[in-house]
Amino acid sequence: MSVFWTVWISILLLGSIVGCYVLLKLAQKGQSGEDENVKTGHQYDGIEEFDNPLPKWWVWMFIGTIVFGLVYSVLYPALGSFQGFLGWSSQGQWEQEVASKEHEYAAIFNKYAAVSVKELANNPEALKTGQRLFANNCAVCHGSTATGSRGFPNLADKDWLYGGDAETIKQSIMNGRFSNMPPWGSVLGEEGVANVTQFVLSLSGQSHDAAATEKGQTSFKQFCISCHGAEGKGNVLFGAPNLTDNVWLYGGAKEYIAESIGLGRKGVMPAHKDLLGDEKVHVIAAYVYSLSQ
Amino acid sequence: MKHEIIEKNIGLMIVLILVAISFGALSEIVPLFFIDETTKPVDGLKPHTAVELEGRDIYIREGCHVCHTQMIRPFRAETERYGHYSVSGEHVYEHPFLWGSKRTGPDLARVGQRYSDDWHNAHLMNPRDVVPESNMPGFSWLFENTVDSSLTGKKMEALRKVGVPYTDDDIAGAQKAVEGKTEAEVLVAYLQQLGTVLKNKR
Repeated sequence: MSVFWTVWISILLLGSIVGCYVLLKLAQKGQSGEDENVKTGHQYDGIEEFDNPLPKWWVWMFIGTIVFGLVYSVLYPALGSFQGFLGWSSQGQWEQEVASKEHEYAAIFNKYAAVSVKELANNPEALKTGQRLFANNCAVCHGSTATGSRGFPNLADKDWLYGGDAETIKQSIMNGRFSNMPPWGSVLGEEGVANVTQFVLSLSGQSHDAAATEKGQTSFKQFCISCHGAEGKGNVLFGAPNLTDNVWLYGGAKEYIAESIGLGRKGVMPAHKDLLGDEKVHVIAAYVYSLSQ
Repeated sequence: MKHEIIEKNIGLMIVLILVAISFGALSEIVPLFFIDETTKPVDGLKPHTAVELEGRDIYIREGCHVCHTQMIRPFRAETERYGHYSVSGEHVYEHPFLWGSKRTGPDLARVGQRYSDDWHNAHLMNPRDVVPESNMPGFSWLFENTVDSSLTGKKMEALRKVGVPYTDDDIAGAQKAVEGKTEAEVLVAYLQQLGTVLKNKR
């Protein structure tokens, strides 16, 4: 803040306070300070008006607020760029608060960080912390019981897109996951999508049309096996789901499968490295890992 | 000056009242229009793109700011949940700002990139599909309505008049950028950039 605005604010602020005092003195002018039952001389229909002095308790309170105002303005940042003799700032208070809590929790998180995610999953205290962190940060997509919903994976079962071992789970949280199932509608055509859909239905043992399944299998071998594998069991490297286990992220009904094939899917798990930091992700990973054990 | 003079002269009383109540505004508000802390954009801040701008107007039209704030206060409890506290330099291109005043839902100042586009779409369609305890209404019509792109350029011109640095190219390409997009698409584009300029999230 420039000198000009500091002076501007100081003059207005101190001027107002001094002005209040002057106003008080002007109002008291010519008054003895004692109740003398003096009358103003105003008279309306026989009703007269006393001109008594201001009540003493009120005057002292008024002076008290003036003193408080002056003391406050020099202790706290009130006068432009002058920070006040206490050196307080909202940012400083926040930094102090964060530092003191970080210090308080450092011992706990350091203890957790010293053991592997897998080992930490056996620590009930850590799991409680992990559950709370999960509720605050992960439940919005994966649900408060971690069972997910359509489009958002269930973390409590044993079915994993990118692998369910402890360190892989931590990596998924830290760096996020960006799935990309390309849209095949334009490549396969409407009939082609319908055929492949029938084949995919057959993989998980659902009822399917035999003739279409055969045609679909040919296309599947051509376009799908590079990610989903020759047997349709998926590939954790790409997050390509296993199509044979009847666990479906976007629904296993015919129309949902056709939609996934025709329009593609782009599942995004945002990276939490910067949002939460390594030490918290470590604990959350342990909690998530424990759910499928 | 006697009380009587002021009491019996209403014009003079109005003027004196205006003087008396203006000190607060003069010392607390007026300097904010001129000092660097509140008028300079933070590093890397860009004006909203045409798509984001239309999304912002949908945000205003649907009254999102009535239940969601965009103002993270410098308290640990807030910065732990939402990320770095809001700074005024992030909001210099906002006309009007959407800080809000009441949280029925969570603060959205740094919701950008926090969830996937898919999540936003599912959540806007019916919030309870992804957050069962939510009391936010669904906004299904956003997925049917297409944005009126004919006014986008004019909105940007108006914003340029109040100091948002849009280039002629931005304004010329505005209609094309927005054309054919649904209201949900532009709204999600707006939400996904909220608060992403400050990289230091914690």
